[in-house]
Amino acid sequence: MQTVDPMLPIQYRIKSKVDENQDTFTFELLPLDPEGNFRFLPGQFNMLYLFGMGEVAISISGDSEKALPVVHTIRAVGTVTKAMQNLQTGDVIGVRGPFGSSWPIETAKGKDVLVIVGGIGLAPLRPVLYYLMAHREDYGQVSLLYGARTPEDQIFMSEYSEWSKKLAVYTIVDRVDKTKNNWQGQVGVVTNLIAKAKFDANNSIAMICGPEIMMRFVGLTLKDQGMSLENIFISMERNMKCAIGFCGHCQLAGTFICKNGPVYTYQEMEKYLELREV
Amino acid sequence: MIQNLEPILAKHPLFADLEPEYLALIVGCTKNVRFKEGEFLLREGKQADTFYLIREGKATVDIYASNLGAITVHTVESGEVLGWSWLIAPYRWHFDAQALTPIRALAIDGKCIRDKCENNKALGYELMKRFTQIIVQRLQATQLQLLDVYRVH
Repeated sequence: MQTVDPMLPIQYRIKSKVDENQDTFTFELLPLDPEGNFRFLPGQFNMLYLFGMGEVAISISGDSEKALPVVHTIRAVGTVTKAMQNLQTGDVIGVRGPFGSSWPIETAKGKDVLVIVGGIGLAPLRPVLYYLMAHREDYGQVSLLYGARTPEDQIFMSEYSEWSKKLAVYTIVDRVDKTKNNWQGQVGVVTNLIAKAKFDANNSIAMICGPEIMMRFVGLTLKDQGMSLENIFISMERNMKCAIGFCGHCQLAGTFICKNGPVYTYQEMEKYLELREV
Repeated sequence: MIQNLEPILAKHPLFADLEPEYLALIVGCTKNVRFKEGEFLLREGKQADTFYLIREGKATVDIYASNLGAITVHTVESGEVLGWSWLIAPYRWHFDAQALTPIRALAIDGKCIRDKCENNKALGYELMKRFTQIIVQRLQATQLQLLDVYRVH
């Protein structure tokens, strides 16, 4: 933990801001305290506080083996995140964290790894990609399967060619307006990509992040391919407030997403993904 | 020429483990074709009399709307099948398909296959089972696309 009191935000300054697409942007943050440091595990999140507006839970999208800057990729969808989109380099926000469980990068050693993401779901798994690339010899086949709405909605595009040197990268988009885009890649849903990836279903770990319905269909497809549900990991999202399992806002049946999650095995979450109401 | 196509057909996932006698019937309706980048394989509204097994290259499946232009909803590439309207009356294409890259494919005459299926119901049943799988996969994918899950709701 970076803070003595987990409810107390630490001030960070925006070192840089990059627009990933029309509604998604990435902040690099540095603590105001020059002695400040930060460590996290891939999959964990921070609570970002825009003073006077409110606080939001955002996954960390940077390299877990680099202490600073702290990197967050944010989609402007609500009051706080839309206001954050107007922030500029030099502005200050509060940061609490890191919180939550992490992706099973140690468990995956010696196995094939499928990283399957949709939309902004690539952000919480980018730290995993960095880690896998840095320790490539520890893993078998590693594939990134990335689905986005349109070519214009993709994020981190400038990094794909570098990733492709060490990972099998497959991208697909839901639709393409041919009058606006000369997209040469695949069109369809992310589950279509699973048949293209090389992996041993009996010796693989899958890490999935995206809308819940997408994770459900990906999980079912992997199950059909022979993968065991305890080797399929997903990241859940709920309305997180305190981030320490205290307030109960993110409670899902017997678990607190902020504290016990957000990363769970598919086996743990299967019944909730299919449940119409909790 | 026809003799050479049988092993190629046999290797395609659509015809995996198909009885040799059926394969021999299908070969008689098959020819090799090539398309240049930008060429159309199918045109919406036209008679659906052929389907393609893509051997190399990629095609887009597009729908045209006057206010939107051409929207690609699906791509088909090596190892996949393009077209099933040849199987179902009124045998008319509902989408365009255009070569995104140069394409090598096997073109199978749908009318020829339909006639053979009429005379050989077992072949018809076998092909119907295989095409139904493709149709169901496309239907499920379409349902997911309709949900537009990546959009901000």
